[in-house]
Amino acid sequence: MKFAIQINEGPYQHQASDSAYHFTKAVLEKGHEVMRVFFYHDGVYNASRLTTPPQDDRHIVNRWAELAEQHDLDMVVCVAAAQRRGVVDEGEAKRNGKDATNIHPRFRISGLGQLVEAAIQSDRLVVFGD
Amino acid sequence: MAVLHTVNKSPFERNALESCLKFAAGGAAVLLIEDGVYGVLRDTSAADKVQMALDSLQLYVLGPDLSARGFDEERIIPGVKVVDYAGFVDLATEHDKVQAWL
Amino acid sequence: MSEVVKKFCYLNRKAPYGTIYAWESLEVVLIGAAFDQDVTLVFVDDGVYQLTKAQDTTAVGMKNFSPTYRTLGDYEVKHIFVDRESLQARGLNADDLVQVAWEDWETGEERENIVEVVDAGRVTEIIEASDVVFSF
Repeated sequence: MKFAIQINEGPYQHQASDSAYHFTKAVLEKGHEVMRVFFYHDGVYNASRLTTPPQDDRHIVNRWAELAEQHDLDMVVCVAAAQRRGVVDEGEAKRNGKDATNIHPRFRISGLGQLVEAAIQSDRLVVFGD
Repeated sequence: MAVLHTVNKSPFERNALESCLKFAAGGAAVLLIEDGVYGVLRDTSAADKVQMALDSLQLYVLGPDLSARGFDEERIIPGVKVVDYAGFVDLATEHDKVQAWL
Repeated sequence: MSEVVKKFCYLNRKAPYGTIYAWESLEVVLIGAAFDQDVTLVFVDDGVYQLTKAQDTTAVGMKNFSPTYRTLGDYEVKHIFVDRESLQARGLNADDLVQVAWEDWETGEERENIVEVVDAGRVTEIIEASDVVFSF
């Protein structure tokens, strides 16, 4: 079965990203497919490569990146939500005249169409938020 | 196939559980996760409504979220089933869609 | 744009302006129009406040996005359902809500207002009939 996962909240502030991560891991362990993980609203903050959480707690961004690496997951951050919140890749930096980028390379910035497409093409859309 | 509803907030903080129970069709499943697990504890002011809901709905609670908050199976309303994340995935596949009450 | 046509339901439960969910969920609806799906919007609980008339955000300095609701008919939205009990609990009725016109450009079919106030049972039916539910 093909799953699409949507995450509406940033790391640590809400449990949404944690719940989504454990769910996504379980989906993969059961042999199902994860078509896309889509980060919306404050969820875009899960893509920052600049987080430094305490050593004795989970590293949410890296954990997502490792899972993505292991299973070749498509981790998409909504461009409009990212622009609004200052999550930036090279392309966005050039386009909008920013002097830095902060996105983790395992995530890609793209349009809301990616969420709609995932909803159409997957068998189940599961949303984690506030 | 029926719907799997998820509720992630305590019934004492938000009305998500109340609305979910109001709009869920008979035969649906409701899974309480995150702070939503407080909704299936015994002896709360929300327990009667949840107890009644068991007549027409299947209720589940995510075990890891229950333990995180210091509660075990003995503290939940009888009839509510405990599942883990693998169980959550199974529920998602066994129902025809998942609806989050955020 | 897509061969598969699914019944999309956008479930709106949150008030506008206090949080961004109302506006950013609308953005999904607007972008989603290009995908030609069968789109229904459902407003329950505080979500009904998204549709109130006369929103004036000047003094709070936020963008007033309420005019966008009136244009939803142009974005492939054919059905907008509002939960009656949610309105009543908030002292509102249909007259407090904006009207959304809809026209099918191919057939010329027109409706003056696609906002329908319905009972809980109808909301349940609508959700049951959907293929995918978006929540924000």
